[in-house]
Amino acid sequence: MAKELLKGNEAFAEAAIRAGVEGFFGYPITPSTEFLEHMARRMPKLGRAFVQAESEVAAINMVYGAACTGKRVMTASSSPGLSLMMEGISYIAGTEIPVVVVNVMRGGPGLGNIAPSQGDYYQMVKGGGHGDYFPIVLAPASVQEAIDSIALAFDLAEKYRSVVHVIVDGNMGQMMEPAELPPMREIPTESPPWAVTGAKGRNPNILTSIYIDPVDEEVTDLRLLKRWKEVEKNEVRYEEYELEDAKIAIVAFGTSARVASSAIHDAREEGIKVGLFRPVTLAPYPQKRLDEIAQQVERILVIEMNSGMMLDDVQRVVQGRVPIEFYGRMGGITPLPGEILEEIRRVAANEDEVEGDPRNEWMTRLEKKIMGGGE
Amino acid sequence: MKETSIIISGFGGQGTLFAGQVLAYTAMDNGLEVTWIPSYGPEMRGGTAHCTVIVSEERIGSPLVGSPDIVLALNLPSVDKYETLMSSRGTLIANSSLVNREIERGDITSLLIPANKIAEEIGMSRLANMIMVGAMTKLRPILTLEMVKTGLEEHIPERHRKTLPINFEAIDKGYAFAEEAGAS
Repeated sequence: MAKELLKGNEAFAEAAIRAGVEGFFGYPITPSTEFLEHMARRMPKLGRAFVQAESEVAAINMVYGAACTGKRVMTASSSPGLSLMMEGISYIAGTEIPVVVVNVMRGGPGLGNIAPSQGDYYQMVKGGGHGDYFPIVLAPASVQEAIDSIALAFDLAEKYRSVVHVIVDGNMGQMMEPAELPPMREIPTESPPWAVTGAKGRNPNILTSIYIDPVDEEVTDLRLLKRWKEVEKNEVRYEEYELEDAKIAIVAFGTSARVASSAIHDAREEGIKVGLFRPVTLAPYPQKRLDEIAQQVERILVIEMNSGMMLDDVQRVVQGRVPIEFYGRMGGITPLPGEILEEIRRVAANEDEVEGDPRNEWMTRLEKKIMGGGE
Repeated sequence: MKETSIIISGFGGQGTLFAGQVLAYTAMDNGLEVTWIPSYGPEMRGGTAHCTVIVSEERIGSPLVGSPDIVLALNLPSVDKYETLMSSRGTLIANSSLVNREIERGDITSLLIPANKIAEEIGMSRLANMIMVGAMTKLRPILTLEMVKTGLEEHIPERHRKTLPINFEAIDKGYAFAEEAGAS
């Protein structure tokens, strides 16, 4: 198929349709609304389920119920919507059914704004809902990768009976890029063996997240953890750019990584040996490869559109072997390539140890930058 | 051309986002990498609206830029905002129908073009955006006049197809104005 110019949200939605999604339940919220609108246009025509629910809480519970029937189902929303959905997501995880949830993140906390952000890292990557569960988290960085990640998300969700989060920021939802959609996949006619489809001629399947006896819950949680260990072993994904001879490694995901790659291109022209490590799976985190990179480079610079959340994971892996610096923008601000180029130059010239929290010096610099009236 | 960044900025309703899409489609059809990203905030509802288009021969990193190479400014606030931000040797095309001042920077190429007036003369005032695009194809032919016309023809929404000839006229008029005026 030929490339088309596709908007992130619509490409995501169409990719889900082609991956065989049979039910979409959602509630509109900027900057993810075009996702739902595309589903509203397309799904009924294909004889598939589309419901605009009365709230995000209702939407995720519709997803929960529909997923129990073994069909491919999903929802998409944006940050405050995800907060509302977290209870349902925990129930889904506890029930061990496959569900795909897309979060097109915006500035927060609270009502915040509709501008792009990566401020939901902790919420999406570290669980977000209550209890012992481990969502798989994909963070695509282009419209094409968004398309590809949706089919992957369904496959992973089904393989591990897990919640899969696909997270992008508002830029990715709103941006148009040339991309190629896959052909329409056939919808499977057979239900998975655990699905509740009517128990005629067989013993009933019971899907629940209630285990009143703590012993039963512990058995369940251990099963989830063992399954997660399999995910960690099999499903790590990442991308590298200009890392071969790099002395500085930038670690960034999604839009931050794209912006960083522009800055790296320019820094290379100045002779600075800098490269990019971009986790594609934020969970499982690509720690083995990052560990190797930590042994190769002299400094690491973490760049995020939040207050330094993935920074925790980088610090956990690097364990103080290499100085780590941080640069972030918050509240819905996307860093520009020039800002990151400046950071690269600064880091390249800096031979000092980083004392304490890498965010301390960044906070001082950022305060000067935003209070000083310059962008 | 390695990578060129274009910002098209104006009031909501002036067709800035669509003009950017025409450039993006054209770039894609000609085998170039391209990103298009709109301002999608509250400014879409009546205030200013702008989009950033990046055209490149290589894979594009950031879809946003701090210092655009080309700016099509359809109103005064857009000139005020981007004149100072533009990269040196950039090209600023300003709609003089709504911009009542000269361009001050000497290190950029600039053109004042009465886009609303020309659009009204050809009979469709909404086409100021295409006049500006036409002027751009003269001053910065990363996408040529013919390429853009083909791009528009291929991708114009069906409901607007009957306006294709007048869109072409607008692009031609913009190009011709830029040719005659010469840029300073």
